[in-house]
Amino acid sequence: MKKIGQNLFTYVDERFKLQGLFDFAKHKKVPEHEDSFWYYFGGIALFLSGIQVATGIMLLLYYTPSIEAAHESIQFIMSQVKFGWLIRSVHSWTANILIGILFVHMFSTFFLKAYRKPRELTWITGFFLLILFMAFGFSGYLLPWNELSYFATRVGTDIAGSLPFIGKWLKGFILGGTSVSQATLSRFFWFHVALLPLAAFTVIVIHVLLVQILGMSVPLRLKDKKVKEISFFPDFIYKDALGWTLILVLVGVVCVFLPWEVGKKADPFAATPLGIKPEWYFTFMFTTLKLIPSHVLFIEGEQLAILAFMAGGIFWMLAPFLDRKAARERPSPVFTWIGIIVLLYIVVMTVVTYTVPKL
Amino acid sequence: MTKKIFSIAVFSALSLLPLAAFAQKNSCLDCHSGLEAELKAPAMSFAQDIHQQFGLTCKDCHGGNPAQASEDKAKDKTFKGAPKRTQIPEFCASCHSDAAYMRTFNPRLRVDQFSQYETSKHGQLLKKGDAKVAVCTDCHGVHGIQTAKFPKSATFPWNIPQTCGRCHADADYMKPYGISTDQLTKYKDSVHAHALFEKKDMSAPTCNSCHGNHGAFPPEVKSIGSVCRQCHPSTGELFAKSPHKKAFDDMGQSECEACHGNHKIERPTTAMLGTTDKAVCVQCHDKGSKGYQAAGELKTLLDGFDARIQKEGATLVLAEKKGVEVSEPAYRLQEVNTVLVSAKNLVHGLALDEIRKKLAEGEQTLADVGKASAAALDEAKFRRKGLIIATFFLALFGLALFLKIRSMRKPA
Amino acid sequence: MERRRFINFFFGGSFLATLAAFLYPVIRYVLPPKQAEAVQKKVAAAKMGDLAPNTAKIFKFGSVPAILVNTQEGQLLAFSAVCTHLTCTVNYEAATGTLFCPCHNGRFDMAGNVISGPPPRPIETYIVEVVGEDIFVSKKA
Repeated sequence: MKKIGQNLFTYVDERFKLQGLFDFAKHKKVPEHEDSFWYYFGGIALFLSGIQVATGIMLLLYYTPSIEAAHESIQFIMSQVKFGWLIRSVHSWTANILIGILFVHMFSTFFLKAYRKPRELTWITGFFLLILFMAFGFSGYLLPWNELSYFATRVGTDIAGSLPFIGKWLKGFILGGTSVSQATLSRFFWFHVALLPLAAFTVIVIHVLLVQILGMSVPLRLKDKKVKEISFFPDFIYKDALGWTLILVLVGVVCVFLPWEVGKKADPFAATPLGIKPEWYFTFMFTTLKLIPSHVLFIEGEQLAILAFMAGGIFWMLAPFLDRKAARERPSPVFTWIGIIVLLYIVVMTVVTYTVPKL
Repeated sequence: MTKKIFSIAVFSALSLLPLAAFAQKNSCLDCHSGLEAELKAPAMSFAQDIHQQFGLTCKDCHGGNPAQASEDKAKDKTFKGAPKRTQIPEFCASCHSDAAYMRTFNPRLRVDQFSQYETSKHGQLLKKGDAKVAVCTDCHGVHGIQTAKFPKSATFPWNIPQTCGRCHADADYMKPYGISTDQLTKYKDSVHAHALFEKKDMSAPTCNSCHGNHGAFPPEVKSIGSVCRQCHPSTGELFAKSPHKKAFDDMGQSECEACHGNHKIERPTTAMLGTTDKAVCVQCHDKGSKGYQAAGELKTLLDGFDARIQKEGATLVLAEKKGVEVSEPAYRLQEVNTVLVSAKNLVHGLALDEIRKKLAEGEQTLADVGKASAAALDEAKFRRKGLIIATFFLALFGLALFLKIRSMRKPA
Repeated sequence: MERRRFINFFFGGSFLATLAAFLYPVIRYVLPPKQAEAVQKKVAAAKMGDLAPNTAKIFKFGSVPAILVNTQEGQLLAFSAVCTHLTCTVNYEAATGTLFCPCHNGRFDMAGNVISGPPPRPIETYIVEVVGEDIFVSKKA
């Protein structure tokens, strides 16, 4: 038995030169210290992305991207297809958990200043991945063509439309027309299953490659101390797998007890239901737009907020270059405070969205 | 700034335009617009009046000559002035009973309002000289008369109860007549008022649907059944074939009203059947009689079937709460409900066999739904079981990983 | 050494079991379901020739019953079959050429309007399209 395995490996190795890869994995070391807990979130995010690809491919088997049939096909998946409820619930729930994990991953990287030289590009590709996954969320949300997603998309694209200069054009591009219609559904479907996966896959490859080449960053305050190391394979991978196992149990429990709802079919002629909200990870921006006064000085409040978010995003993306101190391996409390403020802002605004009535 | 003043000026000038148009050839308006309070009111409110929309002016009802500028000349011998309250019906009827004249405005408008009014309780009392009773203007207004199709008019369906109630719910006003004044409050609790006010269903009956409008009169014992049959014909048909028909006639009992009441007709439930105190059957059927026994059977039959529908419905809701899709059996259950509603209507025919036969039609579907709802619950259980198994394997795998990690650490 | 072998065995075994627990739903999912297709907004209600003139057929439209009528003149009309009074299912009455609700004798004309009885509102009408041999019914958008 063992011999067959060895022969098979030799056969493959002679052709694919796998040994080098194994050697790399075996010799690669991962630092282990009190903050290394945060290292695992990247792996979890990667694992959940894998689940998304697998369940997404399976949903494609029964989903129909047309406004006549989209909602019905989801209903069909949830009721008629064996384990359809499970596959779809896993896809929807994992999408949300994934975005949550990405936020944790991002903030832990930020607070540990792991973005500092030479890992600037890892940070920037990570930032792009967050944007891409939020775009995944936004486009996927419309696909079941239900009331909530329909109106959330209308509101969301209206916001994009209020951008100065490019707003109108951008809204038209996203919608594929002037309103949320079949063209929009086709487009969102195209984004969700073709364009975004391709883009995300490319960026993930670069991101993971950079992590492999550069190794894990050690927190600033430990740089002069001797840090224990464990081997990447199999020790770190096993620990990673333990994290994945735990998250799988979580996904299983929520999917069985709270299967994702189908909702009412979208009716373009119905009045907008009260309290329409986007998915939770957009709410901090959404609520800001609602709370900001209609005019701040000489410009429209909404436009100001959108511009502020864009400027904030660019600042956030360029943090490795702006944080000169961290780049020189010195503590940078200013950036820690910026991170705390940003985190607090997002948390407070999100909590406000769900707790303040009639917002 | 000047632009603003200009636009205000233009706007106010435009809004006065209709008045100005009148003023040119209507001395009635010229004068009355300048008068105070109730002498000014006609000039102001007539602009909204349906008669105005058909091109009629003051003189078409009140006579006189609006072309004349002075009051003396304008109020010539054709001038009728304001009619006395007791004369109002005839005043309106001078046009509204003239079929040839009315046809020129609206060929479909009825012209029998006055003759109907004369037969109404209001009309009869007015003839006897009682000026307190309702005349045309009490319901239709005076110089701002709207059609019954205009939602703000007092004769629009959902305003009618209040219009009648203005007098009939006023205990002081109604005192001399010795009739109760609780009709409006009672009506407001009825299933009909619920349909009218909550569901905004304009076809729901209001006061005039049963009492008539111009010929308003309380329906008599003999005619109540015919009134209800206007909307509930099948129920009336069933009742006419039932043994109750003869019994009620012999006793001089009104048909529907005996069980359902009049102004406060509530949504009928099976609580009305059976042998409890709330049941209407025991009003006549004494314990031990055949009717008493049948009343009990009726209730058991319908309640039993209803309970089964409720039970399946509840099971489906439960299964849905547990995340199982049940739209298909819920759809089938609707069919069974059709059977139950039909069977409940058949109660009016009192033929137990007919009801049994009807209910039997729903048995098969009900059984199917029962199977489906049980399957839905099983599915929910299966999901939980599956989760337990998968979680168990995952836990084992997690434990194995943990042991692996520990054993790796040791040699190092 | 024994312990190590045990752990390896345990590791591999539990991994395979977990894999099986995941593959089972996936395989069941991929197998064609009993009802082959999702019910759509547009429903194939009947085939041409299914309905003789002056007859009708009740069919499932989404989650509600609907009725396809072939009138005496051979015109195809479709309606919601849910009575607007107490949601009973209405039938086509050939003798009068109207929709008739058996519960309380509500009656609707072929434009969906109430003719008589307690129904408060007209019944919803649908669009009928004939494509080849199939009769499709869809909601008015």
